[in-house]
Amino acid sequence: MRENKTFRGVFLNGVLNENPTFRLVLGVCPTLASTTSATNSIGMGLAATFVLVGSNIVISMLRNLIPDKVRIPAYIVVISTFVTIVQMLIQAFVPSLYEALGLFIPLIVVNCIILARAEAFAGKSSVFLSAADGFGMGLGFTGALLLIGAVRELLGNGTLFGNNILGGGFEPMLLAVMAPGGFILFGLILGIVNAITDRISARKGAKA
Amino acid sequence: MEFTLTNFLLFMVNCVLTNNFIFSRYLGCCPFLGVSSKVETAAGMGIAVTFVMGLASLFTYAVYHYILVPLQISYLITISFILVIAALVQFVEMFLKKSMPSLYNALGIYLPLITTNCAVLGVTILNIDNKYNMLWSVLNGVFGALGFLLAIVLMAGVRERLESSNIPKAFKGFPISLVIAGLMSVAFLGFAGLGN
Amino acid sequence: MNLRLSTGPHLLSRESTQTLMLDVLIALIPTTAAGIYLFGSRAAWVLAVAVISAVVFEWLWQKLTRQPVRVKDLSAVVTGLILGLNLPAQAPLWMPVIGSLIAIVLVKQLFGGIGHNFLNPALLARGILLASWPAHMSVYYLPTRVLGATSVAPAADMTSAATALLRPSGFAPYDLLMGNIPGTIGEVSKIAILIGLLYMLFVGTVTWHVPVVFAGTTVLLTWILGGDPLASLLSGGLLFGAVFMATDYVTNPMTKRGQVVFAAGCGLIVTVIRLYGSYPEGVTFAILLMNILTPLIDRLTVRRIYGMVKKHA
Repeated sequence: MRENKTFRGVFLNGVLNENPTFRLVLGVCPTLASTTSATNSIGMGLAATFVLVGSNIVISMLRNLIPDKVRIPAYIVVISTFVTIVQMLIQAFVPSLYEALGLFIPLIVVNCIILARAEAFAGKSSVFLSAADGFGMGLGFTGALLLIGAVRELLGNGTLFGNNILGGGFEPMLLAVMAPGGFILFGLILGIVNAITDRISARKGAKA
Repeated sequence: MEFTLTNFLLFMVNCVLTNNFIFSRYLGCCPFLGVSSKVETAAGMGIAVTFVMGLASLFTYAVYHYILVPLQISYLITISFILVIAALVQFVEMFLKKSMPSLYNALGIYLPLITTNCAVLGVTILNIDNKYNMLWSVLNGVFGALGFLLAIVLMAGVRERLESSNIPKAFKGFPISLVIAGLMSVAFLGFAGLGN
Repeated sequence: MNLRLSTGPHLLSRESTQTLMLDVLIALIPTTAAGIYLFGSRAAWVLAVAVISAVVFEWLWQKLTRQPVRVKDLSAVVTGLILGLNLPAQAPLWMPVIGSLIAIVLVKQLFGGIGHNFLNPALLARGILLASWPAHMSVYYLPTRVLGATSVAPAADMTSAATALLRPSGFAPYDLLMGNIPGTIGEVSKIAILIGLLYMLFVGTVTWHVPVVFAGTTVLLTWILGGDPLASLLSGGLLFGAVFMATDYVTNPMTKRGQVVFAAGCGLIVTVIRLYGSYPEGVTFAILLMNILTPLIDRLTVRRIYGMVKKHA
């Protein structure tokens, strides 16, 4: 497989080829918890991106200084520092989002995406590329969350970003914004995305 | 909340069934989806998580109330709790390697992954948010983990049964597991109202 | 020449999926007839829409996934009918459509089709409908006609009342038995259900174990915990569930011993939910929860065949 050495290459990899939600299936818990509305999805996505970019950059800067044996605890310290920062920022500037996401903001610390990227990429690559990876993965995550969140909000509430789209005749399906609906819709969307990407790569293979 | 037998039983029902960590609260999904293909492995993981969650609840409670609050640095809760958990998992790993090597080998890479299990950090933060005293904190950890154990074993039972089924290719693996989890949470809705 | 290859034993049996499903449908005739009589043409529409959508969705799925179309085996018809019978007579007609879509595509076909679903499709669909549109699903309508010699007067169209479960002593046992009570289309007429059970026992579609143990456990536990045992037997969806849904052998254990455990578990959960939970009726969730436990029950009760090597030894 071609090694990504450019900002653009690494960035796009995070958004598409190795999309953390749909391809790597990491960070399932925050995905399910924050996709109850499109607004919350974007909020969680951006918060996670902030932490991801920040921690990727710092870990990459320190990668030659951290002894191998204590690298995981070191990564955790860096990541949790950024999470604490973003937690305080959200609490101060967007309290409604703080209420909505609740427990899952501090849980960004254990979002598998962030630790996985630190281990697999930032610990071994330049600051420039690590930042690209952070942005790509974060944007990919946000995009995926937005897709799922939009579907769940439309089905479960008839609204999108709080605006009534489907009109008064639509009776919202309450289950969509509850836990079972989250699991089922995420599974269905993931399956459909898989089917589409399979079709696309089959066509590409046939052309080549 | 005072400790009576009724409160204890209601609390247990609440943690394990009514507000099951997986089916109602989305906590612990990654290992739930990843380690649930065989009943024995699932059970082993569930038991290990119970152990860790109980101890983590205990230690984080102590750290919060005896270190963070008196020193007025309670905003460091996230950083300190995750470090406590990481250290705890390290110790559990070393302990199992020496005294129960078979379990250590069976769990393999999943043991260090308990550190990133949202349920562990989640329950420690919930303990503080709900203002539980030390006893209820530990019970919350243990019972929450038992709910996780129940969920993961049930899931493994179902997935083992589906091994020979002809699921569409695009859905094999994670997608169908997510759907299964969703269908199971529909069934768990039946426990609403119990444990109150 | 159409030669069929198969391994021995080469036994020819009259039974096939189609004949089994046909027997279930025949057993459902009394219940269906009673439901339509009691609740009027609206009920007939709900049932028809449920059955037709179930068949259409199964046909569509099998066509789109390029599998042989097997709607002739009547399993979709049965699922659709049971789903319809689980709905209130005044349900908006899009509900059986969505319910059938969920039951056939999500619960059954996505997992590999008939025999591979681990949950009862009609029941899971009902559970999802209940959680998604509680307003429609929790309203129980009084029948607009009455069965038998009763002093209960038929209600005007679309009059709703609390389910018999919430005031068991408010209805005479005769009315509970005949079906002159509020409820879903299929659950109200216990006598019709029992006729169906007798038929299925007679032709061997089901054995007595699950219905009897399920109903018996519920009655016994309710009595011990201070409730009215007869009312608990004749109210709500217990009989309908015990006879037609808990007996689905795709989703219940393989051995008789396992089935008894399964049925007892159902009875226990139903009683607990009815007495202590938020929902007035627990039959749907009880059966679904025991469906989930079934693979584990099978692991514990199925005897190992001599000569088979255990996988994890």
